[in-house]
Amino acid sequence: MADVQMLVLAPPQPAPTAQRFGKLSAYFGTPGNTIISMLSIAGMFFIAKLAFGWLVIDAVFSGAGEACKAASGACWPFVVQKLRYMVFGFYPYEEQWRPLLALLLLFSVCGVSMVPRFWSRNLLLVWIVVILPVLYILMAGGVFGLTPVATTSWGGLPLSFMLSFVGLTLALPLGIVLALARASNLPAIRVLAVGFIEIVRGVPLISILFMATVMLPLFMPDGVTIDKLVRAQVAIILFASAYIAEIVRGGLQDVPAGQVEAGKSLGLHYWQVMRKIVLPQALKKVIPPMVGLFIGFFQDTTLVTIVGLVDFLDTVRAAIRDPEWQGIAVLEGYLVAAAVYFTFSALMGAYSRFLERYFRTTHA
Amino acid sequence: MKQALLSICAAALGLAAAGSASAATTLETVKARGKLVCGVSLATPGFAAPDDKGRMQGFDADICRSIAAAVFGDGDKVEFVPTNINTRFQALQSGEIDVLSRQTTHTFSRDASLGLDFGPTVFYDGQGLMVPKSLGVSSAKELTEAAICTLPGTTTAQNISDFFRAINGKFELVVFESPDENRAAFYSGRCEAITSDRSDLASIRAVANNPADYIVLPETISKEPLAPAFRQNDSQWGDIVSWSVWMLMAAEEKGITQANVDEKLKSEDPDVQRMLGATEELGKMLGLDNKWGYNVIKSVGNYGEVFERNVGEGTKLGLTRGPNALWNAGGLIYSPPIR
Repeated sequence: MADVQMLVLAPPQPAPTAQRFGKLSAYFGTPGNTIISMLSIAGMFFIAKLAFGWLVIDAVFSGAGEACKAASGACWPFVVQKLRYMVFGFYPYEEQWRPLLALLLLFSVCGVSMVPRFWSRNLLLVWIVVILPVLYILMAGGVFGLTPVATTSWGGLPLSFMLSFVGLTLALPLGIVLALARASNLPAIRVLAVGFIEIVRGVPLISILFMATVMLPLFMPDGVTIDKLVRAQVAIILFASAYIAEIVRGGLQDVPAGQVEAGKSLGLHYWQVMRKIVLPQALKKVIPPMVGLFIGFFQDTTLVTIVGLVDFLDTVRAAIRDPEWQGIAVLEGYLVAAAVYFTFSALMGAYSRFLERYFRTTHA
Repeated sequence: MKQALLSICAAALGLAAAGSASAATTLETVKARGKLVCGVSLATPGFAAPDDKGRMQGFDADICRSIAAAVFGDGDKVEFVPTNINTRFQALQSGEIDVLSRQTTHTFSRDASLGLDFGPTVFYDGQGLMVPKSLGVSSAKELTEAAICTLPGTTTAQNISDFFRAINGKFELVVFESPDENRAAFYSGRCEAITSDRSDLASIRAVANNPADYIVLPETISKEPLAPAFRQNDSQWGDIVSWSVWMLMAAEEKGITQANVDEKLKSEDPDVQRMLGATEELGKMLGLDNKWGYNVIKSVGNYGEVFERNVGEGTKLGLTRGPNALWNAGGLIYSPPIR
């Protein structure tokens, strides 16, 4: 009772200041802080000036390779001329509205799916039954009068997004199942899960991709080939699921055993306890490491270049080796790639911070 | 977990390409598919590199087009599959591609142990060295304790070691993972010399700020005959690949070009008549249309045209014919008689 009294009597906390960057005195309070702040501002100004000079003032906005070679700034004609190839790769030029539409559809549906108000079991169903098949038909064609386009011609940004989005979407449920299996009371299931996770985690992604694309076809009977893209996709799913499983396991361990026992004593069976009590708490806790993993995997999909799939980074590399631009627009090409990867990684990070706020429940 | 795995496997099999009967010959498979699947490199300017519209252009790509033209009468019925150094042979072995046209050197061990055969050499290349003129060196033998830039993994590093061991020279190898880094290191003065195939050196030199400041040394320290490859034990398919290439060479010898091939149909020369299918039925012997030769030349031109268009002196690579001239012009390009 005394504790409660004290809490009530404690002086009210000062309201948080509205200033976005805190108080000015925090930066210029002491001579030391003032010096550090001034140096930082000067440094930022210097970098901004350099960047602006390179991006705008000294940049070349029209012309060909020769004009860029002479100038010291950025070479924008290269980006303009090569952008379409960098984004769509070897997809037939006349049909490139299809991957564009697929990308826009993917973005908009992702955007909608990120809003909590639309979360429901139906949303998942719509994804599996409508969105993914539509995306596949758009890309592959062969029906509704669309020209068939073999997966070997897919490339660039749609390929990168497909490998990472589809990969992580399918790896997440698999990883959760693996984590539950690893925490299972049945030794056989537990051993299988531990074995799978440890084997996959003990091997680099590159070697799994190599196994899937180089070794696997040699074991197949004559004439039977599994699409190379599918092989790489499955390799990524299996690889990601092992890491997701370990992250989820960390969350599971954080849920007190008493809650499971309480659930069981209420007569709930295993899946009900997991779905309604344990997983919601466990998954909420692992959002930050999970998003970190997702961002990492989004960038790791660039490794598929080693098995001959042409992802976005690869089309950028091919573009800068065009004889007309070779040795001229290397930095520009890689900056385009960096900008794209940064944008999507930053969006994922921002969404994870939103999710953390959204799920923040007030018990403590 | 098992169910999840099973469903993924099922999905994978569902998407699997319809397996063709194992007994089918490559020609039957290609014809049934309606296009040739050709393995090329992703971005080697002059040999195989995408243009702004993502269409593969280059010497190796045109070899693919000539084979497609021989089979289908249309050089555009090709699907180009970018392969890299690690996956190129496996892609051929597993049937993912029908022919590999990717600056691949024909060597004994590849021919004997990889389950593949090589067609005629389409490009005679060899490893060379490039140095800045300011170094004052006119022969590779004068390079002492030089740092030499190169790429890893291929036979390039081994060749240069062999060369210097043979002349008891000392050198330091500086290896870079990407062509861009390799080139930048050389131009920034990190190395005294850069080594690669001569065709590649030409393209590296082409992007220098002032190409005239650099010279390619006269020594050719290795033989690199580049040839298309195909799976062994399918002689008919091997013949089609080889004779499509030879047709290009024979056409140059006979003066048949993309532009004049229609006139040449009326030529009095019996060789030309046979090549273009005006007389006799040579195409049938290969299981092809009798106008296969006409189709090849109509879609890509003759060997000389393919060379000049992609890597010749009018291009950024600016290569001279050198050993790739016709045999009667001092080179090594020689086609068996088409009769």
